[in-house]
Amino acid sequence: MINNSQHALKTQLWRDFTLAARNKSEWMNPLLFFVFAAILFPLGIGPDTTILKQIAPGIIWVVALLAALLSLDSMFRSDYEDGSLEQLTLSPYPFAALVFTKVSVHWLLTGLPLILLAPLLATFFHLDGDATLILMQTLLLGTPVLSLVGAIGSALTVGLKRGSMLISLLVLPLYVPVLIFGANAVSASTAGLDISGHMMLIASLLALSITLAPLATAAALRASIG
Amino acid sequence: MLSLAASNTLIYSPRMDLAQSVTSSLKADHLACVRSEIELFRDLSFELLPGQLIQIEGANGCGKTSLLRILCGLSRPAEGAVLWQNRDIEHCRGEYYAGMAYVGHNNGLKSNLTCEENLQVSSIHNRFKPNVNIEDVLEQMGLDELIDEYAGKLSAGQQRRIALSRLLLTDAQLWILDEPFTALDHASRERMEGIFDQHCQAGGMIILTTHHHMMIPNTEVKLLKIAA
Repeated sequence: MINNSQHALKTQLWRDFTLAARNKSEWMNPLLFFVFAAILFPLGIGPDTTILKQIAPGIIWVVALLAALLSLDSMFRSDYEDGSLEQLTLSPYPFAALVFTKVSVHWLLTGLPLILLAPLLATFFHLDGDATLILMQTLLLGTPVLSLVGAIGSALTVGLKRGSMLISLLVLPLYVPVLIFGANAVSASTAGLDISGHMMLIASLLALSITLAPLATAAALRASIG
Repeated sequence: MLSLAASNTLIYSPRMDLAQSVTSSLKADHLACVRSEIELFRDLSFELLPGQLIQIEGANGCGKTSLLRILCGLSRPAEGAVLWQNRDIEHCRGEYYAGMAYVGHNNGLKSNLTCEENLQVSSIHNRFKPNVNIEDVLEQMGLDELIDEYAGKLSAGQQRRIALSRLLLTDAQLWILDEPFTALDHASRERMEGIFDQHCQAGGMIILTTHHHMMIPNTEVKLLKIAA
């Protein structure tokens, strides 16, 4: 049974990566939005280094959050529409584990690239090396929370025709703690303050999300399909 | 074996005695279904045993698909329970899903995957028979030439046949099928009827909805009519 479950999870990973490779626009568009939206701020505000440094953490985190929101609607949508999601819920293997695999692929395609693109954006905002590293660390801890929590909203609205607007309303309040601790950690580091508290809080949010979000998402998907 | 509600008729037409395992059975126990505050059926009970096929008939909107969705655990009944081997499926989902395969209205195919890839992926949803070969299954379904074609490029009938091919890969004893003959040509329909016959002969169970008159000579077929 364990071997069968592992095989099912690996097949799920292969399936989602193959589909992503053949439908690049679904995950490329939020990334392009992330880059272009973040670049617009330095262009609009002007070359004042002090202001840019000050607003950089908040801007980059807000744009990352909006990019994550953009990608949420597609997390389960096509599987719902073509009947794959029905088949998935009827799998003999642990449904929450299959859901976790899907969310992991979502993060690897939409969250991880944000972290890798962060140094590029940091240069536009004149962030120094240490602040950029802290920014990347906060994104590394925070973006999986965005995917995991967002999956719950996506699962709850997958059966609705105009669910994307509702996802924002459901999920944005839950994103606020990640945004606050993520952006403040970078600001605190540029001010020379201790950031361990911020980092631990984001890490605890991640631990909580990894533990509970797949179960909540699986339950929400069953409710949406039923 | 059969409990009938006033609004439901179940015509029992045994055609052949089959060796039956008393442990494997699917029971609908006084099921009721309400959709959008409209009661579709109530007090619906029946039992499906190995070697049997139940064909559900009824007018559009009478609750055939809803019944199948309840039977496979996708929806919950307003009343009653579905029992697999005398246990409520709510309490043995993993075990039930390991022994059940479902083909619904939607084929569950990804248009960006080839036919072969779509069938490989179905190992997530159902346990495969040991030593099963996807190429052989596609050949049996007359789809071997389409093995590397993207599912999105196929006709509706071909897509339906790919979806039904999943049944031949799985070792599930119970098949729940919603309008399996939709979009199939005459030859494909006959081929599927033969496959259903073989499955039931091997001790399998099938419950399906269809408006077609099926030709399944060697299998015990029950007709379940749901009144509108």
